[in-house]
Amino acid sequence: MQLSGAEITIRCLEEEGVEYIFGYPGGAVLFIYDALFQQDKVKHILVRHEQAALHAADAYARASGRPGVALVTSGPGVTNAVTGIATAYMDSIPMVIISGQVPTAAIGLDAFQEVDTVGITRPCVKHNFLVKRIEDLATTLKKAFYVATTGRPGPVLVDIPKDVSQQMAEFVYPASIAMRSYQPEVKADPVQVRNAVEVLLQARRPMVYAGGGVVLGNAAEPLRKLVQALGAPCTTTLMGLGAYPGNDPLYVGMPGMHGTYEANLGMQHCDVLLAVGARFDDRVIGNPQHFSVEGRRIIHIDIDPSSISKRVRVDMPLVGDVGEVLGAMLAQLQISQKRLDSQALTAWWQQIEEWRGRQCLHYEGSSTIIKPQFVVESLYQVTGGEAIVTSDVGQHQMWAAQYYLFNRPRQWLNSGGLGTMGFGLPAAMGAQLAFPDTPVACVTGEASIQMCIQELSTCKQYHLPVKIVNLNNRYLGMVRQWQQILHGNRYSESYMDALPDFVKLAESYGHVGLRIERPEDVEPALREAFSLKNRVVFLDFQTDPTENVFPMVKAGKGLTEMLLGAEDL
Amino acid sequence: MRHILSLLLENEAGALSRVAGLFSARGYNIESLTVAPTEDPTLSRMTIVTNGSDEIMEQITKQLNKLVDVVKVFDLNEGRHIERELMLVKVRAEAASREEIKRTVDIFRGRIIDVTDKSYTIELTGPRDKLDAFLEALVHSCILETVRTGASGIGRGEWTLRA
Repeated sequence: MQLSGAEITIRCLEEEGVEYIFGYPGGAVLFIYDALFQQDKVKHILVRHEQAALHAADAYARASGRPGVALVTSGPGVTNAVTGIATAYMDSIPMVIISGQVPTAAIGLDAFQEVDTVGITRPCVKHNFLVKRIEDLATTLKKAFYVATTGRPGPVLVDIPKDVSQQMAEFVYPASIAMRSYQPEVKADPVQVRNAVEVLLQARRPMVYAGGGVVLGNAAEPLRKLVQALGAPCTTTLMGLGAYPGNDPLYVGMPGMHGTYEANLGMQHCDVLLAVGARFDDRVIGNPQHFSVEGRRIIHIDIDPSSISKRVRVDMPLVGDVGEVLGAMLAQLQISQKRLDSQALTAWWQQIEEWRGRQCLHYEGSSTIIKPQFVVESLYQVTGGEAIVTSDVGQHQMWAAQYYLFNRPRQWLNSGGLGTMGFGLPAAMGAQLAFPDTPVACVTGEASIQMCIQELSTCKQYHLPVKIVNLNNRYLGMVRQWQQILHGNRYSESYMDALPDFVKLAESYGHVGLRIERPEDVEPALREAFSLKNRVVFLDFQTDPTENVFPMVKAGKGLTEMLLGAEDL
Repeated sequence: MRHILSLLLENEAGALSRVAGLFSARGYNIESLTVAPTEDPTLSRMTIVTNGSDEIMEQITKQLNKLVDVVKVFDLNEGRHIERELMLVKVRAEAASREEIKRTVDIFRGRIIDVTDKSYTIELTGPRDKLDAFLEALVHSCILETVRTGASGIGRGEWTLRA
């Protein structure tokens, strides 16, 4: 049957089982929007800015595990989307972005709303395509989904010129695809797996360090089994929160710049480190030279060979799907005669408990001013630890990561790699669409929320009852913190003057707004908000503007060089 | 250390810019880069001369392999290999210098492929060192223009790099 390029595009999405597409129409995608109008399988969510379309699709993918799909027009549609594409790229999120392009005959002639989309997005996509012939359209979309969702996932963009979406062709969707230049299926060598388990079992101070790869690879279950079989301490990165239960005794918190004392010292002083789907990021290990001062053997499981020995030399690389490798390690563990030296392990745990005894996340409570940490702790209590939590970027992000204990993967959605302010609210929308019956909280700040605040309108249109937890300290808090600690208290352009009345703003969009100024009102306000199941509630918490995030490892320092509180400044 | 990388990549629009973009984005050096289609018109063969420590070379190879258009990557330094480069040089060749230049070209087994009464255009192939040596052997002031292709490389013996 002959279909137009636009119809073929939508049929391909249907074949891929796409439930939602997030987008914004414009000249170059009018035929595709026309095809969308004439069907009811793929539901379109109209955002208010293309950046939000990308973040919402991205978070839909993070929450559900299914690829997120976005549709934008040429030119400014694409350039607005770039921040969202780069956000997904840095965190390896499977996404397919469809962009309109000017007609093929106009490409290169500086046509209205023309940009070199493939060129602009090349450094921040896993791959991209420009479809010049309608005969290639269906196969290209098949490839896009295949590349986006296999191996180390990532965003893939398909640029479709307007004339290609208008032309007619026979629609055949390939059942499978093979690409000689892209073969992501890699299996770790069984001998290497066996050797790695032997090394692990020789450890006197073992440590498991799990990252976002465990979440992406749906490997939380084998990770939990392996950690518990070993009885080793486990830390999860900002991207890996929830990959291991946050309230388990073997869990020692998050490592890194704002990681716990016990996680950072454990990372530094272990003698065998098992890294699982993590990449020794600068925010995790700090200075790599300092990290390498202590001798330790490193076993690194990752599906991407280029992640191995990138910042830190790895002794035993295990390249493969994290779930499969962990499964193979578990099987090997069961048949191995050896066990960890229990005396050494006990001594190691005594050391870790001593570190844990420092209670590095303790903060001074207050009966007069709202402490931001207290808001997150209350959010955890009120939601019973069950909410999906999204965040923006800054202090509030770190407090959410530190004080909300995530017990399951895909429960915590944040822009870890790119650090994109504006992510939180659209991300909450995507998560709410993926899980309509789960409470979704967006922990944000008065600065971040203003970067995509227009999406309050989208929430209204599609009845997405997300709860916005605004930790309003009237500052770009993390910038202010660095200026205080590293720039002599010179608060250059970090004060947020002329803030809107967020309550009235929320109300003008048809939502509920609450302003909370006293500590005793925090929990009741949260309870009220989450009892309003069908409403967006904007909770504007007036928090202590001087509060800092601790522990803190300054950029370029080593993991043992932590500031634990104001007394260390 | 200097390395010669051989790549097979899909002969598609944009494949070259993906490779070039990778080198600039990650701060790797490119000394030279040559690319052309192979006997299989769907494949291009690229030779990149670069330099870096073992760690950097490992990353370059891995990052290249990660590009979806790249089919194969091989570091020719890992085995015995041959490297050739083509150079075209236009020189001022007048009166007394004409004979001297002709002799130098013969010594280096080059060919004069275009002649005017004031100039020669010389074609020379060989490894980089030989081309460098030829340029040094010429009186510097007589060189009007040089064009070099950058190195192409291939492994010795029966070993082949195939898709």
